[in-house]
Amino acid sequence: MLHLVLFLVFALGCVAGAVNLLAQRHPIDSALSLVVVMGSLAGEYLLLGAEFVAAIQVIVYAGAIMVLFVFVIMLLNAGVEERTPGSRVALLLGVPGMLIGSALVVWLLLERSPTPAVAAGALPGPPQTIAWLLFHDYLLPFEVTSILVLIAIMGAVVLASPPATTKKES
Amino acid sequence: MVPITTLHYLVVAAALFVLGVIGVLTRRNVIIVLMSIELILNAVNLNLVAFSRLWGLHGQVFAIFVITDAAAEAAVGLGILIAFFRNKETVNVDEVDLLKW
Repeated sequence: MLHLVLFLVFALGCVAGAVNLLAQRHPIDSALSLVVVMGSLAGEYLLLGAEFVAAIQVIVYAGAIMVLFVFVIMLLNAGVEERTPGSRVALLLGVPGMLIGSALVVWLLLERSPTPAVAAGALPGPPQTIAWLLFHDYLLPFEVTSILVLIAIMGAVVLASPPATTKKES
Repeated sequence: MVPITTLHYLVVAAALFVLGVIGVLTRRNVIIVLMSIELILNAVNLNLVAFSRLWGLHGQVFAIFVITDAAAEAAVGLGILIAFFRNKETVNVDEVDLLKW
């Protein structure tokens, strides 16, 4: 019973936060509702037993990435987004397309045989096992990811640094 | 009472994914578009973790990789955004036409 209540609370937090992200006009409100989505997702991961992923979710997503977003919003002084009327073609094609797509997803999910119940409590994702997988089975992808992060840091520094307009020697 | 199955988590992830796609397609602000992309990546993560409950821990390892990629993508995307704002003084996607021929 508690499992069901917790799942419903976190799922509602996820979906309501995502809807609020789309409904808000100011970027800072959207960023704060994205924090709600991240926190609720961490709760879902805990219900699934993935304690390490939940911790990473809170630290990396709700901590680092969202601080980056809020920092950039403050830096750019982004104001309220002005709306433009959408195109008629997008309305005529998009709404039926979205309905068809959603019906297809629901049908696919309901068509499947019932999946086994997920019990709360027993934690199958301890950090030791995750670390064993990361440093044995996935050692090469792990190291390649470090190169990716290094390149991303260098790219962000190069992109965000002010352009060198004046030469030093002049 | 209804037991919570993997299907429930898949429905939540599908809802998050659809909302993220709607955000990418309808919003004008680049920052909100980037946040919607994060929403899509989170939906993928929820799927991976939900399936890792059934078929071993490899899904959780991939979720960690996806989180790392999302961090790198956010850093580079926001760097591009700052560089663009310095040139054009706007954050609207429909005014980003530097490469339009």
